[in-house]
Amino acid sequence: MHGALRTNWTKIIGMMVFGFLMIVGFLSSIVFGLTDIDLQMVMDAYTHFDGTNEQIIIREARVPRALIATAVGASLAISGVLMQGLTRNPLASPNILGINAGASFFIVVAVTFFGVVSLTAFTWLAFLGAALAACIVYFLGSVGPQALTPVKLTLAGAAMAALFTSLTQGMLALNEKALEAVLFWLVGSVQGRDLDILTAVLPYLAAGWICAVVISSKMNALALGENVAKGLGQNTWLIKGVAGLVVVLLAGGSVAVAGPIGFIGIVIPHFAKWLVGQDFRWLIPYSALLGAILLLAADIGARYVIMPSEVPVGIMTAVIGTPFFIYIARKGDFST
Amino acid sequence: MRKYFPFRIGGLSLLIDRKATAVTASLFIVFLVVIVLSVGIGDLFIAPLEVLKSLFGAGSDMHNLVVRSFRLPRILLAALAGMALAVAGAILQGIVRNPLASPDIIGITGGASVAAVTFLAIFSTNDNALSVSIRWLPLAAFAGALVTGLLVYALSQKKGTSRMRLVLIGIGLAAGLQALTNFMIILGPVYLATRATIWMTGSVHGATWEQVVMLVIWFIVFFIITVVLARRLNVQELGPAVATSVGSRVNRDRNLLLILSTALTGGAVAFAGGVGFVGLMAPHMARRLVGSAYGGLIPVSALLGGIIVMAADLAGRTLFLPLEVPVGVFTSAIGAPYFIYLLYKSRNQ
Amino acid sequence: MGVLEAQSLSVAYGERTVLDGLNLEVPKGKITVFIGRNGCGKSTLLSTFARMLKPSSGTVYLNGEKIAMGRTKKIARELAVLPQGPTAPEGLTVLQLVKQGRYPYQSWLRQWSEEDEACVLRALEVTGMEALADRPVEDLSGGQRQRAWVAMVLAQNTETILLDEPTTYLDLSHQVEILDLLFDLNQTEGRTIVMVLHDLNLACRYADHIVAIHNKSVYAEGAPEDIMTESMVKEVYGMDAKITADPMFGTPMCIPHGKGRVLHAKEKFAVFS
Repeated sequence: MHGALRTNWTKIIGMMVFGFLMIVGFLSSIVFGLTDIDLQMVMDAYTHFDGTNEQIIIREARVPRALIATAVGASLAISGVLMQGLTRNPLASPNILGINAGASFFIVVAVTFFGVVSLTAFTWLAFLGAALAACIVYFLGSVGPQALTPVKLTLAGAAMAALFTSLTQGMLALNEKALEAVLFWLVGSVQGRDLDILTAVLPYLAAGWICAVVISSKMNALALGENVAKGLGQNTWLIKGVAGLVVVLLAGGSVAVAGPIGFIGIVIPHFAKWLVGQDFRWLIPYSALLGAILLLAADIGARYVIMPSEVPVGIMTAVIGTPFFIYIARKGDFST
Repeated sequence: MRKYFPFRIGGLSLLIDRKATAVTASLFIVFLVVIVLSVGIGDLFIAPLEVLKSLFGAGSDMHNLVVRSFRLPRILLAALAGMALAVAGAILQGIVRNPLASPDIIGITGGASVAAVTFLAIFSTNDNALSVSIRWLPLAAFAGALVTGLLVYALSQKKGTSRMRLVLIGIGLAAGLQALTNFMIILGPVYLATRATIWMTGSVHGATWEQVVMLVIWFIVFFIITVVLARRLNVQELGPAVATSVGSRVNRDRNLLLILSTALTGGAVAFAGGVGFVGLMAPHMARRLVGSAYGGLIPVSALLGGIIVMAADLAGRTLFLPLEVPVGVFTSAIGAPYFIYLLYKSRNQ
Repeated sequence: MGVLEAQSLSVAYGERTVLDGLNLEVPKGKITVFIGRNGCGKSTLLSTFARMLKPSSGTVYLNGEKIAMGRTKKIARELAVLPQGPTAPEGLTVLQLVKQGRYPYQSWLRQWSEEDEACVLRALEVTGMEALADRPVEDLSGGQRQRAWVAMVLAQNTETILLDEPTTYLDLSHQVEILDLLFDLNQTEGRTIVMVLHDLNLACRYADHIVAIHNKSVYAEGAPEDIMTESMVKEVYGMDAKITADPMFGTPMCIPHGKGRVLHAKEKFAVFS
């Protein structure tokens, strides 16, 4: 399958364009919002810090927020691309297949029953939950000679998500205090997050990004089907294992930082595929850039919809993503 | 043919499946026993015989009050919600021809949640009260379920209703609705959040006779229609080509059945909230017991659904005293392992 | 007049036209087989005859009446269809499956008349499935499963039966078993049978009438011995072949050219000598 950009040169230029757009998005995320800020003030906040309100907002709120949106957007998009390749299912993504819900569930259990507040614990619990959900779906969906059909796999994932969500709700229904503590986080937002959360998770995210790039050429063979990849002499277990681990690191890490933000993992891979075609060596970096741009943009939009209040960005992505998901589902040719 | 016997009077003729009949009868007895037992168990233990006396108004005043005013409406509401969800699930599984489909997974329950939470958010006043009667909440939830059901159905139209598209679009909508529900919750006060969360989990706490009567009528009407349409479900399950071949109007029947399933789900969640996994578990267990023919499957599913929800509610209100755990937590806790087992099995087919 | 008749029939999937202005008459009381390359539209034609696909233009007639106008239950009493690779829900027994064939005769009150019972029993008997009647369909072997489905179609008690590749996924012995069963039905009860088959040699052996679909239309039709020619195979399948007589049945046999081992005359494998 070819994308809109055919030659390597156009792809490289495209990447530079999107890289530039990402930087624009990043800067806009710092500048736009309820408090007016310009780029000079941003520079000053780091070079001539004088403790004014604006400077504190820049250093404590806007910059962390922009960084988190960039990292989380890129991570979710990459994990979506890998999941779609692994399961050969165009509708696979961390929130549809229940991985976000798994991570949320573990965090809520920890907060409700054990009063956990430490960042490290949060991170590891999110990984654990993501890994558990991923393992179940993954085991059911891609290991073994007969993989599940896309519809069955999507159903399986949706049911996992329903399961974790209802258990999470059950716990919250019993514990008002915990509900108050996790509610805003549970919707998915990059606002009001401490930079420390990002720095705690960043090593894992970065490891995920690097691994994703390293295995990208192997993913091309795997996307043709496990047996084909095996026939080409690939150690499919290893590649699938690594790809699965990357999905867990990126999706789990994103949930730990920003809560369950949906639909980026499904929208972006399709857009990237449309641009560069079915080649993971390009798909992964493109998805990363596009994912970051989308989340930055959605987050900026979230500040203006009900100003002076804010919409959590998880809602924004759902508003963009749900119609897109339905479009993809409708596009598929189903004769029965 | 020993397993069946024909039944014919005049123009009426039926082939009766001995096993399904026996299973239905035994489950009905279990169903009644569970009602009596769960009416008896609680803070105040009432022996089964006393429960029976009180049911007919012949017990002590104290027992009469507890049984007839507090416990019975709640238990009956749980049973009815379970039955409605189970039948809705059985219908949906027939249309989709996949044992993994259920009303909560394709977003119908999610639609009810959004509506219920929006209702709570809009009509909440600053002093944590509601500006309109809480009685309207079921109506809102039902409307939400119906609108979502129709939306799922309308969006999956493209040269007829495709079952695959139906499922996928339902899942996508469910995910979107979840986000919307969360949004409505965080907009409102924490009091609202708790209330909405309990509702979404599913709870029959504080059930009234009025609710029971409404749900009974609703359930019976749609249950009868479902039984009448059981034959059409049987041919639906053989796939659209075979169904057309034997003279069924596949699309019309599919739409009709989808509306039935939505109506039953809407009724159940309107009064009992988003009790999860019943619509998935009960029909599947029923299939184990009596096979796939809908004549037997529908009543057996209904009875199993009622028993499951009653048992879950009994556990929820007695196991963790003084805490009362919403019934939906237990149905999910039983439903989850069951579901994983189902998935595991379905991959080996 | 044929049982089924297509007049200037066109069928399209979205933008792609599969059949274009096709005319065909299916003879009554005969076995008709559609042949052609993969994707040539032979299954599409069968599905259009079975009213599962709506033609973009043209008309299908069943016993002289427009099929699109007829009540679907009435049609179901005249025409039965077995689609390709049908699946039964888990746990459905053979009897329960075969019973569904009576759907067009039943109503809510009349669900199991004596006639229903007689037809179902007979269908089970003809297909040799009586002993397996209470077994779940998914427990059966491939051949038995296909026989169960044929039994369902027979219970429908129609004059005409359409089958889309009834022998796919079956091994050779089961293929012959199913085709023998259909042949008997045609011979003893005079039912009209229309099917799609991939194996040309089996098609020539069992069919009275072969229809070769090519270029979105009927390329050739007639008795196998009349139309199975080397030029027809060349044109329809784009392949060189030699047509000879089947040494056992005398019906046409198609031997494709190509590569492979060649045994010389003196080492020839002695089967028919």
